[in-house]
Amino acid sequence: MALFYVFGAIAVVASLLVIAQHNPVYSVLLLIASFGALSGLYVLLDAPFVAVIQIIIYAGAIMVLFLFVVMLLNAPREETEEDLARGLATLAAPRVRTVGAALAAALAVELSWALTKSGGESGSFPGGSVSSVAAIGRLLYTDYAFAFEVTSVLILVALLGAVVLARREAR
Amino acid sequence: MVTPLLLAQLGLTLFVFVMLLNSAALMVYFERKLAAFLQQRVGPYLVGPRGLLQPLADVVKLMFKEELRPRAADPLLFAIAPIISATAAFAAFAVVPFGAETTLFGLLREPLRLQVADVNVAMLVVFAIASMSVYGIVLAGWSSNSKYSLLGGLRSSAQMISYELSYGLALASVLLLGNSLSLTDIVNRQAGTWGGVLPRWFVFLQPIGFLIYMTAGIAETNRAPFDFPEAEQELVAGYHTEYSSMSFAMFFLAEYINMVTVSAVATDLFLGGWHGPFLPASLGWIWFLVKVAAILFVYIWIRWTLPRYRYDQLMHFGWKVLLPAAVVNLLATAAGVLYFGG
Repeated sequence: MALFYVFGAIAVVASLLVIAQHNPVYSVLLLIASFGALSGLYVLLDAPFVAVIQIIIYAGAIMVLFLFVVMLLNAPREETEEDLARGLATLAAPRVRTVGAALAAALAVELSWALTKSGGESGSFPGGSVSSVAAIGRLLYTDYAFAFEVTSVLILVALLGAVVLARREAR
Repeated sequence: MVTPLLLAQLGLTLFVFVMLLNSAALMVYFERKLAAFLQQRVGPYLVGPRGLLQPLADVVKLMFKEELRPRAADPLLFAIAPIISATAAFAAFAVVPFGAETTLFGLLREPLRLQVADVNVAMLVVFAIASMSVYGIVLAGWSSNSKYSLLGGLRSSAQMISYELSYGLALASVLLLGNSLSLTDIVNRQAGTWGGVLPRWFVFLQPIGFLIYMTAGIAETNRAPFDFPEAEQELVAGYHTEYSSMSFAMFFLAEYINMVTVSAVATDLFLGGWHGPFLPASLGWIWFLVKVAAILFVYIWIRWTLPRYRYDQLMHFGWKVLLPAAVVNLLATAAGVLYFGG
């Protein structure tokens, strides 16, 4: 249980620091730290496969691309007074406020629904069924085959979109 | 609760740590000696008998060098980057089994596994840690705030990401054969022989997979002929241009330990781990060491034989030759496993 609080605290603090950084490279690194802590939580839940996949996919593959983009674009630090003032002015615009409030309300409703409806999962997962890779694979290709295929089509569309956007116009 | 088994495990962890450090030092020595042999030179011979203490002298020299940091560098990340590299290098070996269970000549009541951490998804852990080690290099390149470092870091990470795919697919085809993600299980499935002659090593079932793994392994560890991050004529010393003293030593250490880890994983996956003829199971680790040493020798041999490719050739080879080959190999393996029932 102590480990749960340690990993939980790291995840929460790192996630908060992600949005508190001036330098985007630090934000990316803190996000990786947060993913690492989440992966620790999966290990505690007796799901080592999910934990390792979390590291490989999120901390490894996706965040490397994030880091690349941030480094190559050489994203400027937001540190000047004008930057801050402009940011605050954007936030203060009435339309932005309405959208923000609506999103926050929607999140609150969703969270309270999710927490009250199911009563929350308590205790650890039945270890054998979750940690077993074979079980996960079987579930993915039978019960969740539709969601699995839809996700893969979605990724394919994103891939094609990226190629189309990146291609130079032929004269 | 301190049991003898726990103490033995702690001792084993410490032993593996020290041995990895030693292996890096020895590798440096053998690399220089072999390079000298291949180029008809003598190599290091002054320090100690036959120059054996040369690595030690190098370490002492590095320790007393001044630790320099460019003024424009990002101080925190500049300091962290070599630590990430070295940590990832050590961590990957933690899940690699290197011998059968032993009771240390009857000292322990329960058998001790010759492996620091017995994880049932060990193969994926190796892969995950390999993907994390990219960060050390990228951050070193970026935080140095020097164009050579940045270009070296970017090249190296682009290379690692490109070859990671083939590396992963080669691992996946062994996984299909071994029907497990645990390295110990995979090694144990390679015990015995076919017809009493040919050992049941996966390299005979997966020759293409083995070649893909080794090629991708060389690219992953940034060794020649894929050592673009440190192509001297173009990039000075690549991502560690600005590093000196012990921070440089950590990158150096990480490179050699990564080589040892890649070879050890290759031994477990393709060469039957600690299984071999003549020796009893309790001395299987000797076979393991012999096989790892053989692979490391090939590594060094390749480095001093082949010239460095061009960067576009590397990318072309990685994406248009190695990756399709790995995919076809994986599909063929899957078909074979389905047909013959594994």
